[in-house]
Amino acid sequence: MKKFIFVILASLMVIGASAQTKEIRVLLANHPYGDLLKAAIPEFEQKTGIKVNLEQYQESQLSTKLATEFATGSSTVDVFMTRPLQEAKMFYKNGWYKPLTSYDFSDFPKNALSVVSFGSKTYTVPIVTEWQVLYYRIDLLKKAGIKVPTTFAELEAAAKKLNTPDVAGIASRGKGNAAVTQISSFMYNYGGLFLNKGKAAFNTKEALEGVKYYGRLIGTYGPAGVTAMSWDNIMPLFQAGKVAMWTDASVFYGNIIDPTKSQVPKESVGIANVPAGPKGSHPFIVVSWGMAVSNKTKNADLANQFLTWATSPEMAKRALIANITMARNSPWADKEVLAQVNPDLVTTRAFAAKNGFPYDRPYMSAVGEARDRIGELIVEAINSKGTSPTLQSTADKMAAKVNELLEDTGEYGVQ
Amino acid sequence: MVKTGFMERNLRVIFPLPAVVFVVVMMVFPVLYTLALSFTNWNLTSGMPISFVGLRSYIRVFSEPRFIAAIGRTFAFTGMAMTLETILGLAIALVLNREFLGKGLVKLFLLLPLVATPVAVGIVFNLFFDPTIGLANWALTMVGLPKSEWVSNAATVLPSLVLVDVWQWTPMITLICLAGLASLPADPFESARVDGASSPQIFMFITLPMLAPTILTAMILRLIDALKTFDIIFAMTGGGPGYASETLNILGFKYSFEYFKMGQASVMLVSLFIIVLASSLGIMKMRARSEG
Repeated sequence: MKKFIFVILASLMVIGASAQTKEIRVLLANHPYGDLLKAAIPEFEQKTGIKVNLEQYQESQLSTKLATEFATGSSTVDVFMTRPLQEAKMFYKNGWYKPLTSYDFSDFPKNALSVVSFGSKTYTVPIVTEWQVLYYRIDLLKKAGIKVPTTFAELEAAAKKLNTPDVAGIASRGKGNAAVTQISSFMYNYGGLFLNKGKAAFNTKEALEGVKYYGRLIGTYGPAGVTAMSWDNIMPLFQAGKVAMWTDASVFYGNIIDPTKSQVPKESVGIANVPAGPKGSHPFIVVSWGMAVSNKTKNADLANQFLTWATSPEMAKRALIANITMARNSPWADKEVLAQVNPDLVTTRAFAAKNGFPYDRPYMSAVGEARDRIGELIVEAINSKGTSPTLQSTADKMAAKVNELLEDTGEYGVQ
Repeated sequence: MVKTGFMERNLRVIFPLPAVVFVVVMMVFPVLYTLALSFTNWNLTSGMPISFVGLRSYIRVFSEPRFIAAIGRTFAFTGMAMTLETILGLAIALVLNREFLGKGLVKLFLLLPLVATPVAVGIVFNLFFDPTIGLANWALTMVGLPKSEWVSNAATVLPSLVLVDVWQWTPMITLICLAGLASLPADPFESARVDGASSPQIFMFITLPMLAPTILTAMILRLIDALKTFDIIFAMTGGGPGYASETLNILGFKYSFEYFKMGQASVMLVSLFIIVLASSLGIMKMRARSEG
């Protein structure tokens, strides 16, 4: 009871205080950019006199938190980080984003804006762009006398040669739903797609070839227990020197080479394009994070001020120097900034921007469940090292499930 | 004065009122609300308004293989955990029931897992179970045993999770059994010994029958908790690899907070509620019989 009274008193005090000072509530993700903003927020508070009440969550918890708050209509969130490909369709449909009518979007690539715009309005400022790369251990490749692989055949041969009982030849996500994004480029390089014309297409021959290759590669030369691993399990292995090559999003480079976390020296970590498949090289390049204002915000002006600051060219520059791959064009054209960024990040970005796909998952409202379903297929492929005779029937079953989801949400057959 | 009169006249209503209000608001309402939701098609990803669909969500959930598999897993996990915990818990209680040097210290160490936060326990065990850099595999190789993938392999994940549950919750059974043992009358034991009964005989025919109601009470408590286990599984595997450790509670969480299919998630949680209720009633009946 005492606690209860204390909570009531405390909330009354908070309400009382907020009536006097300018305050906003901001929800960020546990992401390198979220961390960067968190550290910089005192500057914003000092400059504007706006108090920022900050909360930080792991990405899926952030989605859940936002959705439940918005759905119950009780939300006091003003500004939040959001994953366009994961939640934009659903958030837009439910009217949770405030349209950003006065924001200057001229510094952003057109394809980055395409996934955050509906009709004639844009709802999210793209913050971070990620594309798939191959991280590799320069020293281990050199010792084994291997060139950086540029085709799938070379990649498999390299993984085989580098694989020892102590060091995995290659790692990539194997945990079903998390692996969906990383298998995308492999699928694209075989000519497959997740969805085609608003219908599931990952059960086509081309897509399935990509899945089989991924399953064989990761299942044979991946670390033990890979089907339980996402990036957060693989990164510590790479940092501990237990992995020779790793394909994942470009955004982790900064963390990988962080000397406080990694036993592998910065000089030993290389970045390359994902090797090409039979249908060329088409890595995903996506807007992984954006920032949006809640439609229910009672502090629209303050929220806009924060949004403008947090997504400004200056912050983007600062982030890029910290190896966070930003969506804005301008920092990538700034020579002063580029001098401090790994040149391989710059070249792989240019390559992905030219040849890549803007999706790393099926772009649909019910993407959460769709990823789990496709994940079933991926796990079967990895466990059987790509040889399971039932892969096609599993793929067909999962495609039917995904089509059902598309029908449930009125997106079936809609481009 | 009038106020005091009112209070005094209605004391029997006023005193339990806070508790009643708490139960209604925090327990009865959510259960009824979930039940109501289970008859709707509330789905946030569709962006459509909620509508009443009768039993359609039930039909869709009951025809979903993941749901059936999750029920099986929930029982498998609960069965393994409860059996091991009861046997071990009782055995430890019997040992601790004797006098020996350092008993207090042993008791203290045994009870430590109980006070640990399950999510923290999960995270620590995850490090411990890591197939590449974990301590568990290092220990296995030190004694010449082959490595295991623990929670990273579909075949071993459920037993590994049971192991963690056993580590954490066996002390609770021990505690309850110890209390039960302490309250047993001394006479039957003495007369048995005078009559020349052996220790196993005393255990089988005196201790166990007399302690049965206590053991069954401990089992009910563990059963209800184990059926609903969420924190350890969610923190350690999130239901994976694949769906290999997806119990009903985890599946319900995924359907509601990852797929945002609130209607179908409610069906799953109503099912879990019925399962927990029915299993508890079953064991309570056994307990009544053992007492009678």
